[in-house]
Amino acid sequence: MLEHLELFFKSIFIDNMVFAVFLGMCSYLAVSKKVSTAVGLGAAVIFVLAVTVPLNWLLDQYLLRDGALVWLGPEYADYNLSFLSFILFIATIATMVQLVEIVVEKFSPSLYNSLGIFLPLIAVNCAILGGSLFMQAREIPSLGLAFNYGVSSGIGWFLAILAIAAIREKIRYSNVPAPLRGLGITFIITGLMGIGFQSFGGMLTGDNEPPEPTENNAAELTPEKELEKEMEEDEKTVSYNEVVNK
Amino acid sequence: MALLSKKDANLILDPLADNNPITIQVLGICSALAITAELKASVVMAISVIFVLGVGNVVISLLRNIIPSKIRIIVQLIVVATLVIVVDQVLKAFAYELSKTLAVFVGLIITNCIIMGRFEAFALGNGPWRSFLDGIGNALGYGVILIIVGFFRELLGSGTLFGMPVLGDPIAKTGLYATGYENNGFMIIPPAALIVVGIIIWVQRSRNKALIEEA
Repeated sequence: MLEHLELFFKSIFIDNMVFAVFLGMCSYLAVSKKVSTAVGLGAAVIFVLAVTVPLNWLLDQYLLRDGALVWLGPEYADYNLSFLSFILFIATIATMVQLVEIVVEKFSPSLYNSLGIFLPLIAVNCAILGGSLFMQAREIPSLGLAFNYGVSSGIGWFLAILAIAAIREKIRYSNVPAPLRGLGITFIITGLMGIGFQSFGGMLTGDNEPPEPTENNAAELTPEKELEKEMEEDEKTVSYNEVVNK
Repeated sequence: MALLSKKDANLILDPLADNNPITIQVLGICSALAITAELKASVVMAISVIFVLGVGNVVISLLRNIIPSKIRIIVQLIVVATLVIVVDQVLKAFAYELSKTLAVFVGLIITNCIIMGRFEAFALGNGPWRSFLDGIGNALGYGVILIIVGFFRELLGSGTLFGMPVLGDPIAKTGLYATGYENNGFMIIPPAALIVVGIIIWVQRSRNKALIEEA
């Protein structure tokens, strides 16, 4: 139970998909102009990650990793197919996205209308493939944890795109230097938010592993930035509530 | 440029500056930022993408009349995935340490938006030679930004280039460090990459006003 909780918070805040490893940046930048579309894409990402990460975990466990084929018989114990993981993972993702699209369209037209246009985009979103590849690289031990990892990194991505979309809606009223308008300022804001998120790094380093040196640096750098971030976040919640109420 | 006609040369030159995949088209940012803390990793990443995009564009261009348009995404993904596996295996065989640093980001070349973007936008409608030039040009444009970011992050963050100390020894206080200069630890952490790219965009758009976005 405790490890589930730990993985959950770690994937949302410390190893946040956007701020710590820059996954899914393309759609993060392209679809974050309005809060409502950002919410749609964020939800679709959570959904697809929750499906594909456990599925790819099963593939990795019973097909790809060193000695995974041992369930076929002892003579298969020496096979290591892990070089095939890229192609199998991406094929699974592309198929699942297509399948999810068909199923959602059939059973819940209203959900399809809100998620529909985003689903095909998601097949080539690095956050999705990244989720599976990190799952493999970190050797997540059980199916339950893999599902947890998928959902929580999806939530992390959702939070990030929601925050930037809210800030971008607000920033339209600010006087940004002309060459920075649009893309440039979005990059810099994301960087500042990333610095804020770095301060979560100390959250789970209480027990057995010593904190990494980079996290120390981050902790020294962040207090003022974090305040800024908190203020930004307050603003965000307010503007988001306004949008919802409308 | 006797080798290339003017039109063909533009295919390579345009993406280097005015139509840069990262700063203008906003493609392929995902993998670009995470590995730029060191110059060496940036260079290897740039070379990998040049290979994958150059070859991939040619393959897709040769197959463009055979691929049914309904399943073209899957076909494209398979082509990229195959090329990336080749890159990954080569890196593991000849540069194992480096492949550890790049880790999953080699795999993430598959979902690099530049690659799918160029396949869709160019290779599906043009011949192999032009597609090849377009692929090389865009990958070079991507690589240039990667190398600029990697250069500044490694120089300011660790005082080294390609792992070689260039500003003197921070512990023995030689070279620039004798004057009280310190490494900027901020450049090493991930968010610094975003800010460096933001500044590159700023500089580029200040120099070329035509690129400025409407408010």
